Amino acid sequence: MAMLNIDNLHAKIDGDHGKEILKGLSLTVNPGEVHAIMGPNGSGKSTLSYILAGKEDYEVTDGSVSLDGEDLLEMEIDERAAKGVFLAFQYPIEVPGVATMTFLRSALNAQRKKRGEAEISTPDFLRLVKDKAANLGINQDMLRRGVNVGFSGGEKKRAEILQMAILEPKLCILDETDSGLDIDALKVVSEGVNALRSPDRAMIVITHYQRLLNHIVPDFVHVMHKGRIVRSGGKELALELEANGYAEYQQDAA
Amino acid sequence: MPAVQETVDQVRSLDVDQYKYGFFTEIESEKAPKGLTEDTVRFISAKKDEPEWMLEWRLEAFRRWQTMPEPNWARVSYPPIDYQELYYYSAPKRKEALSIDDIDPEILATYEKLGIPLRERDALLGIQSGGSKVAVDAVFDSVSVATTFKEELSKAGVIFMPISEAVREYPELVRQYLGSVVPVTDNYFATLNSAVFSDGSFVYVPKGVRCPMELSTYFRINERNTGQFERTLIIADEGAYVSYLEGCTAPQRDENQLHAAVVELVALADAEIKYSTVQNWYPGDKDGKGGIYNFVTKRGDCRGDRSKISWTQVETGSAITWKYPSCILRGDNSQGEFYSIAISNGYQQVDSGTKMIHLGKNTSSRIISKGIAAGHSDNTYRGLVTAHRKATGARNFTNCDSLLIGDKCGAHTVPYIESKNSSAQFEHEATTSKISEDQLFYCRQRGLDPEEATALIVNGFVKDVLQQLPMEFAVEAQKLIAVSLEGSVG
Ligand SMILES: Nc1ncnc2c1ncn2[C@@H]1O[C@H](COP(=O)(O)OP(=O)(O)O)[C@@H](O)[C@H]1O
Ligand SMILES: [Mg+2]
Repeated sequence: MAMLNIDNLHAKIDGDHGKEILKGLSLTVNPGEVHAIMGPNGSGKSTLSYILAGKEDYEVTDGSVSLDGEDLLEMEIDERAAKGVFLAFQYPIEVPGVATMTFLRSALNAQRKKRGEAEISTPDFLRLVKDKAANLGINQDMLRRGVNVGFSGGEKKRAEILQMAILEPKLCILDETDSGLDIDALKVVSEGVNALRSPDRAMIVITHYQRLLNHIVPDFVHVMHKGRIVRSGGKELALELEANGYAEYQQDAA
Repeated sequence: MPAVQETVDQVRSLDVDQYKYGFFTEIESEKAPKGLTEDTVRFISAKKDEPEWMLEWRLEAFRRWQTMPEPNWARVSYPPIDYQELYYYSAPKRKEALSIDDIDPEILATYEKLGIPLRERDALLGIQSGGSKVAVDAVFDSVSVATTFKEELSKAGVIFMPISEAVREYPELVRQYLGSVVPVTDNYFATLNSAVFSDGSFVYVPKGVRCPMELSTYFRINERNTGQFERTLIIADEGAYVSYLEGCTAPQRDENQLHAAVVELVALADAEIKYSTVQNWYPGDKDGKGGIYNFVTKRGDCRGDRSKISWTQVETGSAITWKYPSCILRGDNSQGEFYSIAISNGYQQVDSGTKMIHLGKNTSSRIISKGIAAGHSDNTYRGLVTAHRKATGARNFTNCDSLLIGDKCGAHTVPYIESKNSSAQFEHEATTSKISEDQLFYCRQRGLDPEEATALIVNGFVKDVLQQLPMEFAVEAQKLIAVSLEGSVG
């Protein structure tokens, strides 16, 4: 069975005159697969990721989304998280005064509780964070600071991947994780993501540039345009886009 | 701060609108006749076996009070209080308890339920499991029912006892300091308190002594239609140090109840007093019915040079809070601090803040106030910072942040600044913000439910103040914050 099945998804901005952003998008993702979604700015990539995570600014007008056969759209935001949906934000949000460490622990325990698991013990938690943080070049000082407060662009992205590594989600959605990263940071982050690839985990990697896909090599590449997937292929499709740009789609748009 | 997890558990384990301390203890009590006359004052004084001077002091206050109008400048509103419909004295009937075993088991059970160990051996058990030692004075309605670790404290020369006892045992000390910070004529509620105060704690820390443990008083209003008028007096003699905690709860009732306390602190040269409050009086139900009127006068006098007084308060309860813990910075180089978290939900009204009165040279003060308004509540910070002519080099830093949850509540900041000395430096910062949808979404995406997410964000907002509280109280306060915000998010 597919892990994620998006079928003919239509969605608009919530409200009476909200404009339609997703216009019949379909996508199937199986465990172990990494799907890249590429496309020009404004094509609806972030919107798709928000709708999968359950953000309330959008209204689904048609189509369906299921996760392991269950209706994802019916679930609360935090329920989706506990079922393993994780979104690495394009623009991570600041939570002042809440140490990153505290945040991680609260999140992990909240999810475990929802799944009927016991809370993680303090020593186990500290060990877990220490391991994962070291791989991502995140030091103790960063863990003590408020969530994303005063973090550089690169630090924010690394912190998102740290959260992902600790929460061990089933479905990872990465929204423009490469934006704002220099080449070294890109390598660190990509290694962090690759370390999480596994036969029972799936990933949707949203990016504007093919550069990221040299490091996180996808199984499938989709081109999204005007709220729909207009082309799908293997990893070579990314290279073709790199060579030709999105010009042909943008002309379409004009 | 692993306490966040406990906060979260706490929220889970309770239903919305459930005030955990709202139970009533069935116990026989002895009351003064209803209403307030000179006879009531005499009755209270006689019950406490007071010397003549104390009675005279009370009567003078009472006569003065009868001539005073009730203040109306605060941003709170309530129907007129009928002072003749209240009881001014209520005490559990059992005779004077000589040892802990003489205390009515119902009362012991009450404090147990509140998590306050009155038996020293229970308190010691708590310490073995990681807590630190805290001496407790437990005030039940109008009387102190137990004070723990008295002996151990007296070895260090520290006097810690109910003020009613101190009036009898240390009359010179009490007479010298009582009313010296908050004069009998200070304000309507303080004057009322001076006439009818029933019990509270007295602390004296002698020269050069660092009090060997935290001191705390736990106030409980139990009886119906009874006002609580506690009076606390803390004196830190030269070079002394003491940290004092105050906690309070009351049963859940449909009618409003009056609590008009006076707290006076005196810090002599090089002394330091740290006073922390976690105020959790019954706030009324979700429609605003019932709850405590908390009209309190708290003031500290930094009487000696280089003395320091620090107020930390976490205000989550009461239907109405009218409270301005203040510092008179009289000694040169003295310091005053005010750290406050004031949370209002439902129909609660909070008008709270501080006054920093700079009289001495090079005095400094610091005010950090975090107001959180949810539901239909109103939350006002009112502050006054003044520098007198001789207060050369006075400095103040004020930071007031307000956080709104929902759009039916209000937050207001009313800062007054007056300086008669041109070298004074006063800085003021204020912000008002809302919990953003983006923050909530982010937290929920990571697995927190809406209430957990709100509690976490609010705990982050108040972190600077929470850090000022002694460890155990910080944990308590965090839980309380989560509980008081229940039902505030849709
Ligand atoms: N909450 C919103 N309110 C208004 N317009 C929005 C909102 N979210 C997205 N949009 C609009 O929808 C379109 C798609 O945006 P987005 O999903 O961010 O695209 P991408 O991530 O592919 O750049 C854009 O035109 C954007 O302006
Ligand atoms: Mg985007």
